[in-house]
Amino acid sequence: MAQNGHNGKDPALVIVQLSGGNDFMNTLIPYTSAVYHDSRPVVGIPADKVLPMDDQLGWHPSAAALKEMFDDGSVAVAQGIGYPNSSRSHFRAMDIWHTCEPVEVGTEGWLGRATREIDPGGENVLTAVNFGRGLPRALAVPGVPVTSVGDLENYGLMTGIGDDDQRREALDVFKQMYAPAVGTGPVMDYLARTGLDVLKGADELKKAPAMYESDVEYGDNAIAQSLRDAARVHLAGLGSRILYTSHGGYDTHANEVPTHPQLLSDLSGAISDFFADLRAHDAADNVVMLVFTEFGRRIKDNASGTDHGTGGGAFIIGDPVRGGLYSEYPSLDPSRWANGEDLEHTIDFRGVYGTLLEQWMGIDPTEIVGGHFEQILPFANGS
Amino acid sequence: MGDRDLALAAHLMRRAGFGASRGELETLAARPYEDVVGDLLRPERFPEVEEDLVDRYYGWDSFHGPPARWIYRMVNTRRPLQEKMSLFWHHVFATAFFKSEHVASLNRQLQMFQRVGMSDMRTILLELSRDPAMIYWLDNNENVSGEPNENYGRELLELFSMGAGNYTEDDVKMAARAFTGWTFAQPIPLYPHGHYDARFEYRPEEHDDSVKTFLGETGRFDGGDIIDIIVRQPATAAFIARHLYNFFVADEPQVPAWPIEPPRDPEAIRILVGAYLDSDGDMRTVLNAMFTSDFFKEAQFRRVKSPAELVTGVLNLVETHRTPEPGIGVYQAAVTAMGQELLNPPTVEGWHTGKEWIDGGALSERVNFAVNEVGDGSKPGIQAIVRRVSESGSELSPEEFMSVCLSLVGPLTVGDETRAALMAYAESQGPLRFHTEADEEASARRIVRMVQLIVSSMEYQFA
Repeated sequence: MAQNGHNGKDPALVIVQLSGGNDFMNTLIPYTSAVYHDSRPVVGIPADKVLPMDDQLGWHPSAAALKEMFDDGSVAVAQGIGYPNSSRSHFRAMDIWHTCEPVEVGTEGWLGRATREIDPGGENVLTAVNFGRGLPRALAVPGVPVTSVGDLENYGLMTGIGDDDQRREALDVFKQMYAPAVGTGPVMDYLARTGLDVLKGADELKKAPAMYESDVEYGDNAIAQSLRDAARVHLAGLGSRILYTSHGGYDTHANEVPTHPQLLSDLSGAISDFFADLRAHDAADNVVMLVFTEFGRRIKDNASGTDHGTGGGAFIIGDPVRGGLYSEYPSLDPSRWANGEDLEHTIDFRGVYGTLLEQWMGIDPTEIVGGHFEQILPFANGS
Repeated sequence: MGDRDLALAAHLMRRAGFGASRGELETLAARPYEDVVGDLLRPERFPEVEEDLVDRYYGWDSFHGPPARWIYRMVNTRRPLQEKMSLFWHHVFATAFFKSEHVASLNRQLQMFQRVGMSDMRTILLELSRDPAMIYWLDNNENVSGEPNENYGRELLELFSMGAGNYTEDDVKMAARAFTGWTFAQPIPLYPHGHYDARFEYRPEEHDDSVKTFLGETGRFDGGDIIDIIVRQPATAAFIARHLYNFFVADEPQVPAWPIEPPRDPEAIRILVGAYLDSDGDMRTVLNAMFTSDFFKEAQFRRVKSPAELVTGVLNLVETHRTPEPGIGVYQAAVTAMGQELLNPPTVEGWHTGKEWIDGGALSERVNFAVNEVGDGSKPGIQAIVRRVSESGSELSPEEFMSVCLSLVGPLTVGDETRAALMAYAESQGPLRFHTEADEEASARRIVRMVQLIVSSMEYQFA
């Protein structure tokens, strides 16, 4: 396995899920293609507005912050990421990305399995942390403790009790109630351990906001605040190796022209601030981010937005990353459109997961992603 | 009426319903237990939830409408067992939104469970096989003569009736062929007309009318004949009995383990199987045998509450949302955050139950939800608890304070650790007094806190 330049620190992986199906063609735009402009009379971005990368592709004007990071060499684009017979259902497609099971319905998440590899005894309940409500299936494996943080400032139990002393008193009672007892059976034992794990995680996590100081001013939007939470947890040094969050709203069937640029602007700004924050704390060298979405969108617009499609794109971002374009941009030649209307995928997402697990996290991906898939080489010191 | 009657009534209503207010429990506990069970089994004796009124407040159009409305029904129905059986069949015949994204047909399936869920197994499986949401979910619309799709035929046997190991692969093939041509008429397009449902359609030209041998019987079978044969099988009786036991009595291992692990209480399963076979699969008969049995009455707090049970139980404790009002969607979101997205189970196997409901995130959601709901002293159910505690004496010892609160929240039985922890809290501020107005205010706050602590306990996670 490759050892990458993270200065002896444990590598950490940040996942940003774009929910709803990000329009990859309007993120990294084939702006010199006549097919692009002909197919998208309404949502297409005029060539003179695009931020060019080369003579074929350019960034959406609202993704300027991402372009800047790309120009600095810290963004790798996995072009045409997907899988055979791509599902057009949000739920099913997201499940497939979460479980790596495109045929059978799977219930174990790939990052939950990775968490089990990293911390087989479940010693640190913060090995994997989700920022958001509920647990994404990607992190769910029975018996693997994962922490899900809706609100970092106010995380934990009894958070509705405002008075600090009273809350502490209530937590003391909770701790006593969940004390391990003899002879109450395996279900009670499990419940007691889970309750105490939550308390332990909360005790650790509350250090993060207290320790944090930064000059970086994140935007006032959901993804910026989530990534700020992720930065605070990473900077607190709590042993978190997998940090997960989601950014919703990408299902642009209608009114794509006003909505999609705002999403890209919020997202790019948040990612840029996140890495600036880590760099300012000399803590960026062991962090890599994956930005993914459940599918791309249809090549032709529907006169208002775009419908569910296939072949999207993912981004691998960070200082250890060797920036550039990986795999191939799906062909725009109509004779090669999938189902006569979609971008054909050019690399399997499980190969990109494998790349991150093996080359970055140092974990054998075979069992986690369900087989061997072609990887890319997006790391500076990669094998 | 003793505490035992009250505890039994509370147990029955947690299992056969979604909990009940203290006042309702006292009324029920004063009646003969068998009469209460009899009423639960005869929902037609009680009025339906007024859908017209609900329509004015809660929408249909988005996915979130129907599950939120369902939670309202669970809390407010006067036919609680009818609604609980709908939830039971939703667990067993797990059909999810994510494949079709067609909420109107899922809602139609739910209404079907409400309509026939307490009839007999033949009617239920026949309705299920004609249900458009199920047909699409398991691809029976692609099951045509000459090109059978076995998905529905297989799951009908494996997950919906007999259980793995009780039939052969040939039986699966024959069942699939018998259901060829059972499809649905194309719905009006989803956008922008998504709230029209699909309807069952039988297409003779797609049906395989050949002679089939299924479970040892031979004939020119169609789907109805297959169901006739299935419902007579002792394996079906045993499989449904175990599902009922897991859902209503005590947690069993997950379904895939059933061919290997014996039931927790084989005698209970034997009783339920007997009731099924004697009544040709009549659900009321089986449910009556179950609810009046000793094994049911003795099974208090032997199941981990599902998220739907936890949320609706808390709503019945605080007694809010008794009429339609904005905000019911909060409870649907809470159930989802705890790991049970109603009408959108993860797979056809349904949700894993019992201890698998619990992980760190889910437990935080459960505890914080309950603590926040009961922490609002202005809610009618909490006001009632405070009033009842104050009526039990002008000065209560810490022991009395704790015991009366445990009784009013359940009655809840707790273990030594929980009792000691609650007792320490009760003792920390001495006796609970109601001598002066200032006493009353301070005591009300302590009662609310005690109730918050009780609903955060491990024991409260159990039904």
